[in-house]
Amino acid sequence: MNTTAPVVQVENLRKTYGSFAAVDSVSFEIQRGETFALLGPNGAGKSTTIEILEGYRDRTGGSVSVLGVDPGKGGLAWKARLGIVLQSSGESGNVSVREQLTHFAGYYPHPRDVDEVIASVGLEEKAGTLIRKLSGGQRRRVDVALGIIGSPELLFLDEPTTGFDPEARQQFWQLIRSLKADGTTILLTTHYLDEAAQLGDRAGVIAGGKMIDIGAIDEIGGQEARTPRVRWRDANGKHEERTHTPGAVVASLMAAGAEPTGLEIVRPSLEDIYLQLVSDHAHAREVENAR
Amino acid sequence: MSTPTTTSSAAIAASTPSFGLGIGRSLRLGFSRIKLEVRSYFRQGDSVFFTFLFPVVMLTIFAVAFSEQNFGTEEEPLTAAAFYLPGMIAAGLLLSGLQNMAIDIAMERSDGTLKRLAGTPLPVMSYFIGKIGQVFVTGVLQAALVILVASVAFDVELPSEPSKWVTFAWVFVLGVTTSAVLGIALSGLPRSGKSATAVVIPVALVLQFISGVYLGFSMLPEWLQNFASIFPLKWMAQGMREVFLPASFEVMEQSESWNLPGVAIATGLWLVIGLIMTRITFRWIRKDS
Repeated sequence: MNTTAPVVQVENLRKTYGSFAAVDSVSFEIQRGETFALLGPNGAGKSTTIEILEGYRDRTGGSVSVLGVDPGKGGLAWKARLGIVLQSSGESGNVSVREQLTHFAGYYPHPRDVDEVIASVGLEEKAGTLIRKLSGGQRRRVDVALGIIGSPELLFLDEPTTGFDPEARQQFWQLIRSLKADGTTILLTTHYLDEAAQLGDRAGVIAGGKMIDIGAIDEIGGQEARTPRVRWRDANGKHEERTHTPGAVVASLMAAGAEPTGLEIVRPSLEDIYLQLVSDHAHAREVENAR
Repeated sequence: MSTPTTTSSAAIAASTPSFGLGIGRSLRLGFSRIKLEVRSYFRQGDSVFFTFLFPVVMLTIFAVAFSEQNFGTEEEPLTAAAFYLPGMIAAGLLLSGLQNMAIDIAMERSDGTLKRLAGTPLPVMSYFIGKIGQVFVTGVLQAALVILVASVAFDVELPSEPSKWVTFAWVFVLGVTTSAVLGIALSGLPRSGKSATAVVIPVALVLQFISGVYLGFSMLPEWLQNFASIFPLKWMAQGMREVFLPASFEVMEQSESWNLPGVAIATGLWLVIGLIMTRITFRWIRKDS
């Protein structure tokens, strides 16, 4: 096996339903051991893309390779190398957490230890409880546990922390970091931009079926989008100034006289940059449609 | 929070070529599925009541309601419980197999169970072994319970000749398998899990009424008897009547015979039809829905 080849390779991926293009010439690669965050508004094509990579949907065009295999033709041996955490699950769950995990562990050639996995998702006290009696967040943790039980080389996480409380989310991040440290490649979609910033090495932003930006987490959106802002208040109300030299702005404010109230120097978060990207894209579309 | 241990991906890659070795693995996982399915079945209140206990409940109702009536002749009287026993066993085959499977799998399709399984290296064959195994285990327990209740609570005399029990065994095994396979084939019909009960239960109910389960088959007009003969339940019930009813009842059958070869052929034919339909129609998920 060629260990330097990308784990996921997507080129000009296209998926249409009638005349509607859900995914429109999307391209990206994920290297071994990398965590790639796929971001975008609801209905942007994230889940369609991830489900094509998982083998759940056929593509209309383009080429896709996952662990060196075309997902449309992936067999059982290929599936044994994947871990999939789907976006939603509503199973009746008439078995306990441990029964379910022990059963699923049997599907894989090299499963993780069931009790260790239960502990890693923080469900030790619920191990003997029927899954249907768990809370939404706890069931989500079972989903994650089922996704990693087979020690996957590539893990798909489709909005994994929906319904988690802040503490559970912190624990989950810790778990993902340990999986990363073990060399697991991860494809993550999430609505929580802080989650993408915490876990991701690189991110791609999808809107309207198109990849509108892609890059390292701390570079996406470009240099300009990361321009710091200085905010303060005075007798005339609120002010905000975008500047590459925030120190100089503050110094000039001080030089002008009084100490400004509510002084802040802010670097745009991934969330700010993402929202800017998506709204720019929506705006560009409107202009295009208006023509 | 602890760190789960990982097997190196190189080890996984090295083992991958031998992974596909089919039959043994499919069987092992199939048995693992049976265990999980049976456990899950008995923890589900509604399936236990509407599928598992239903024939016993119906037998009890008939036995009590018609306790004064004689279903046999002056010389050879027959209680309601004895008269209805074969029909209830046949109904059990239909409920545990066809009705239970069709609803169960339609639900699993719509609640995401099948989608999850589709993303794992579980062979479809193992899934089917699990389902048919579950039907077999619950069907055997169900039939045993009906027979036990009939014998202990309502003094129904059970056949003593071994040949009758041989007939019972093959009609049961053939019937339960056919019924399960047809259930799997039918599970693709309802568009959602919620509509599954509404689609499947009326079909099963109508079949039970025209196939000699609740109404004596000989009471039905000939055209309805002929229509019912298209479907397998009539034949399963007829096979069970041969086992449990006195020989003098044979003349009341169509063509005045138990016609066991007919039972085998008709049921076997439906088994083949079910297998072909399953093979053609079963998908883990509806792609692109």
